[in-house]
Amino acid sequence: MATIEISCIHVWREISNYIDGEIDPELRRRMEEHFKGCEHCTAILDGARNVVRLVGDGRTFDLPAGFSERLKKRLEEKIGG
Amino acid sequence: MLIERVCAGEKHLFYELIQPYERSVYIAAHSVLQNEADAEEVAQEAFLKAFGNLASFRKESKFSTWLIQIAINEARMKRRKDRKALYESIDEQKTDDDGDYFPRDFADWREIPSETLQRNELRRALEKALASLDAKYREVFIMRDVQHLSITETAQALGITEASVKTRLLRARLQMRDALAPGFDGAWKVGDGSWKKVRPW
Repeated sequence: MATIEISCIHVWREISNYIDGEIDPELRRRMEEHFKGCEHCTAILDGARNVVRLVGDGRTFDLPAGFSERLKKRLEEKIGG
Repeated sequence: MLIERVCAGEKHLFYELIQPYERSVYIAAHSVLQNEADAEEVAQEAFLKAFGNLASFRKESKFSTWLIQIAINEARMKRRKDRKALYESIDEQKTDDDGDYFPRDFADWREIPSETLQRNELRRALEKALASLDAKYREVFIMRDVQHLSITETAQALGITEASVKTRLLRARLQMRDALAPGFDGAWKVGDGSWKKVRPW
């Protein structure tokens, strides 16, 4: 069965759900077909994925130095223990 | 279970209980307040509040989500008290939640600049990009992509619907991409109008 084409705007609206696997298989197939022939949408997909990867690697957002010590001290003052 | 033991009076175990969630609670507060000192203060308050309400914790939600929810609420209360934030929240209301966001930059961005850029530079660039988002988009983005909460947990922590989580996440990811994507010359926009070369050509 031939895949029905979808527009770039439709792809952008679903690109985040596509990354998260939150779309049905039929739409996924149509989007994959679209990416094959559309450099712009592929660039947007790659960029959005990169953003997710960059912020999600766990090293970028650290606690301020001394955070744990200050928290422990505050808890001890307020609740004992 | 640690929770039961703390509830039963072993207060000294409370830090052990919450220690794995220090970072998540701090980041949640920071996503709302965008300021280290305020986020730390709110994180401390959130843990104290959690201690006071530990007996009311319902086990159908994850402990981490419950803590994050408290931190978000505390942070929002602080933001409301802050005069400067009052203007921000007025601005926020003007933003059309469901309006389409059109990506601005079509540059190919297959390479991840994290290996090329110094960690500190990357961190500063990310902070700037995050600060450029409206709070409602930033909060969802942080919960999902930094904290790795599920869509359901994010909705629960922020008190919004799952549909709103998805809509706001899309907007946030596209805006973050536009704020961080390298231009056609292979440079990486760092947010203040300057460009950093990240490719050798």
